Amino acid sequence: MFIINCPYCGDRDQTEFSCHGEAHIPRPTETKKMTDEEWGEYVFFRTNPKGYHRERWLHDHGCRRWFNALRHTVTDEFVASYKIEDPRPPIPDNGGQS
Amino acid sequence: MKAYSLFSLARNAMSYHRNWQRAWRSPEPKKAYDVVIIGGGGHGLATAYYLATQCGITNVAVLEKGWLGGGNTGRNTTIVRSNYLLDASAGMYEHAMKLWEGLSQELNYNVMFSQRGLLHLAHSVHDMQEIGRRGNAIYLNGIDSEFLTPAQVKEMLPIINLDCRYPVMGGLLQRRGGTARHDAVAWGYARGADAAGVDIIQNCEVTGVRVENNKVVGVDTSRGYIGAGKVGSVAAGHSSVIAEMAGFKLPLECYPLQALVSEPIKPIIDCVVMSNGIHVYVSQSDKGELVVGSGSDAYNSYSQRGSFDLIEHTVGPLCELFPLFSRLRMLRQWAGIVDVTIDRSPILSKTPVKNLFFNCGWGTGGFKATPGSGHAFAHSIAAGEMNSIAAPFSLDRFNSGALIDEGAAAAVAH
Repeated sequence: MFIINCPYCGDRDQTEFSCHGEAHIPRPTETKKMTDEEWGEYVFFRTNPKGYHRERWLHDHGCRRWFNALRHTVTDEFVASYKIEDPRPPIPDNGGQS
Repeated sequence: MKAYSLFSLARNAMSYHRNWQRAWRSPEPKKAYDVVIIGGGGHGLATAYYLATQCGITNVAVLEKGWLGGGNTGRNTTIVRSNYLLDASAGMYEHAMKLWEGLSQELNYNVMFSQRGLLHLAHSVHDMQEIGRRGNAIYLNGIDSEFLTPAQVKEMLPIINLDCRYPVMGGLLQRRGGTARHDAVAWGYARGADAAGVDIIQNCEVTGVRVENNKVVGVDTSRGYIGAGKVGSVAAGHSSVIAEMAGFKLPLECYPLQALVSEPIKPIIDCVVMSNGIHVYVSQSDKGELVVGSGSDAYNSYSQRGSFDLIEHTVGPLCELFPLFSRLRMLRQWAGIVDVTIDRSPILSKTPVKNLFFNCGWGTGGFKATPGSGHAFAHSIAAGEMNSIAAPFSLDRFNSGALIDEGAAAAVAH
């Protein structure tokens, strides 16, 4: 079982949270000029990495606020959780493997 | 390959079963093949089998990083059904069902396919509307489908507690649905493919995909470089990893999907019971264990472990529906990594790289489609174009918007 660090509430049980996929996908601004390929890319295509992943979490059963986290998708290790407006924490320098 | 029969069983019994022929060879990889299949699970082995036996392409290798059927083929809950909503899905899953019905005979290998019936329960007005819509769509596609009243459900399943917290209001039954022995499916296809000339290479992990002039020319593996005229990736949970090696992304995210089995007991459930509404599904294996399907954790993961709270979410409704199971002990629990698309339908497709084909995105329900998926994919690889069964599942649907939304039929995992 995870213990997840909410940047607002501190360490809490995993069951209080839900994950909402890859983070840092900017919403397009020039939507009228976009091709079907660009729309498909924005809406559906994901990096889905085996390794470190920056992702969006929601503290549903707590402060109900959104934040981002850097987590390893094989070991489930949380490297960092950070507020939406915070700078992205670096990926640990160990060859992409935890 | 020596055929299995009652006589061969008797003959080998005389020598205490010490002289059975190996079911498939374990060859060294050649320098190059006409077709290289990445992934030695059910779908990959079925693809190789149909390439060799129906498409006339026998210079084929199946590369498996671990052992055959050691990934999701050995981790699923062995359920076979074809009760999907949309025409494209009916085409694919019913194609598979028809192949299942003759598979043991065709492969000369007992895959223990048992059409014991598959029952979807409905617990709310919404559930009733969903099975009403889907059941009629299935019927219109020429696939068997019956509605049951709660009394008929009780007659089929005397141990069920109809008046549970969310009372059973009805059911949708596919009598041709059921289960098959998952390992035997991988082994049967492997044996058949091997006999037709396919090289099955285990402990051979693909580490790179070589692309020249936007055309695939081979793969780097843990056992050296292997050239390939065409490459078919059937890597399930690791499809995004293979795609990254070839330089593109897929519309997939991977999650752990859990299942568990109980201690073995005497026969008590003679069909497959699924409940989308309260999130549990269960059948009984021939060994007597209850095979219980759980849900998927909703975070990206390649860990092949799920979270503990999900087990509680599975066992709770199981005991609510079948109170006598509360005395049972669960023996094993595990997870497989499922590659899920947004519309819960698979991807069989050409890719931005020429001669590189992908069969993936089966998500939480690929096992049932194993023969149909392999058959359609093999013919599509041979032709260089997706055939009529595979074509609706092409990657371009994520750009055109022609999604095949099977969120409801894909059942309990979401």
